[in-house]
Amino acid sequence: MSDPSLIELDQISKIYQMGNVQVTALDGISLNVKAGEFLAIMGPSGSGKSTLMNILGCLDRPTSGIYLLDGEDVSRMSREQLARIRNRKIGFIFQSYNLLAQATALQNVLMPIVYRRNGHISTKDRMELAHHALCSVGLVDRDHHKPTEMSGGQQQRVAIARALINSPALVLADEPTGNLDSHSGLEIMEILQNLHSQGRTIVMITHDARNAEFAGRVIHLQDGKIGEDNHQAVMSKPSEAGILS
Amino acid sequence: MKLSELFGIAWEGISRNKLRALLTMLGVIIGVAAVIIMIAISAGTEATIAENIQNLGTNLLFVTQSMGPQMVSRNAGMNMTFLSYDDAKAISDSISGVSGVVVERDISELIKYGKTSIDGLSVVGTTPSYPQVRDVDQASGRFITQNDIDNSAKVVVLGYNTAQTLFGNTDPVGEKIYVGDVKLTVVGVMDKKGVVGNTDYDERVYIPLTLVFDKYTFSPFARVQGNMVGTILVQVANMDDMENVITQIQILLAKRHETTMDELPFTVRTQEDIIATQESTTAAFRDLLAWVAGVSLVVGGIGIMNIMLVSVTERTREIGIRQATGATPGDIRGQFLTEALLLSLTGGLIGVIVGVGGAWLFYYAGDMRTVVLPSSIILAFVSAAIVGIFFGFYPANMAAQLDPIEALRHE
Repeated sequence: MSDPSLIELDQISKIYQMGNVQVTALDGISLNVKAGEFLAIMGPSGSGKSTLMNILGCLDRPTSGIYLLDGEDVSRMSREQLARIRNRKIGFIFQSYNLLAQATALQNVLMPIVYRRNGHISTKDRMELAHHALCSVGLVDRDHHKPTEMSGGQQQRVAIARALINSPALVLADEPTGNLDSHSGLEIMEILQNLHSQGRTIVMITHDARNAEFAGRVIHLQDGKIGEDNHQAVMSKPSEAGILS
Repeated sequence: MKLSELFGIAWEGISRNKLRALLTMLGVIIGVAAVIIMIAISAGTEATIAENIQNLGTNLLFVTQSMGPQMVSRNAGMNMTFLSYDDAKAISDSISGVSGVVVERDISELIKYGKTSIDGLSVVGTTPSYPQVRDVDQASGRFITQNDIDNSAKVVVLGYNTAQTLFGNTDPVGEKIYVGDVKLTVVGVMDKKGVVGNTDYDERVYIPLTLVFDKYTFSPFARVQGNMVGTILVQVANMDDMENVITQIQILLAKRHETTMDELPFTVRTQEDIIATQESTTAAFRDLLAWVAGVSLVVGGIGIMNIMLVSVTERTREIGIRQATGATPGDIRGQFLTEALLLSLTGGLIGVIVGVGGAWLFYYAGDMRTVVLPSSIILAFVSAAIVGIFFGFYPANMAAQLDPIEALRHE
């Protein structure tokens, strides 16, 4: 039994109007991502990976084409509906963590729950949920620390816990190790890999080939089109010697 | 999203910059305080008026000298143009439907008993019907009698507080005090009545009207003024007779002073007329405060709008993060509206405290009666809330319309 498609992109284009000039950021991209896949998107800057990321993350809508996420057509949804999709189905991990500076780790992790529409959870259960989410990414006794009191690696873990709190169908990571030293970066990648092994679907943008090695599939974007689409054997311990050195 | 969460987020936003929030609230604070003080003053005035209607006595007519060209008419210099004691007697004797006539002539004198003295006390020369018409009770002794009037008797009746000041708790009846240069015998003390209009009934003394003419009017003037009196109070037996009695008094006075009704140098007013005059003076002050309140609330609203616009710009990235984690435009709008509302309501709360304090200060230091109505507090709160929502809407909407991608990119 093959896994059903979680993401189906059909002829997705994104065209920006810059004054009198039309800039084509995405040029008819078609892509299927099955549930449980770990996909890395690579490409030089200007290749359209950020635009693709924004569309996959329901932060933006394509100019044309159809995007089915978990069977729902999100390419024509209103801002309101997209917000709800983001809340329930997508967890974001950003390069710069994007945590609220004045909020504690726990409060940051709780944010997606606050905006949840259905399935009310009591305050006590929420706290427990957030606490467990923090523990699961290896942050113990950091519940009441603010981002400024934590290292970059720790902040990114909080962000991962936040991304997972609503059990999203898709985890989107945008250069998750871009602001981290190689050691912390590796730890973050191991967490992502661990999530993948638990069956999470992960789409990651990266320019770092070593990070891409963790993914089961790598696509290369070039000028708004998919250049290469390589399935690779999932490495349980990818190029250990190289990264851990 | 629960309301408590909304308020929690909004409160956090505000408490991040407390001084700024307080300064922002200033306009609302002043506006709300002005609303409360304004209503407190007008309620105080209304209460005073209601009491005046009760305490002035009932069915009263006030006959007074009117200012105008008549004063310097051909009869000037002769006592005929002045309201006189004889006019009062004529009204009492010849007009039907009148149940009492009182004449009052106010002078100001130094009162002395032993070592205690009160300067500038109001001394009222009056007639026996005074307690009945003015509705003041006798505490001890007696009031001025017709006999006192006829003989210009050297007697004095004390107001309640004046008696307390001079004699403490001992009964002053029979004691002698100096009113000006004249030694008078205290024959009675009136009961408490309090302040009605601008008159403190308890801080005054009463002497026979004729005694004022004999002893307290300089003789050169006395010749000119005759038995001039300030006000003649006429009590009408039956309410329905008021208009009729007014006309009769005007005819009588016109006849006695050899003039026409149109040129009559006197006015006959009911107590309602007098109250209306009192009302109009406080109304001007009240209107001024209403303007202050309105302008402050608008300025306060603009202040809130300004600070919310700053806040939206400062927190663009936060908005982006919230949008990414699933906040809908409605959630964002709600967050910033709640923040504006919280600002204006907190301002409103402080304004209520300042307003109640201000109303008290007006009463205590400004000698203006104020009554803080619970409904005025609600009104002030509601207007603060309206200001918050009205002026908070534009910035909140701006935040809600932010593009999540742009917002996340914002530094």
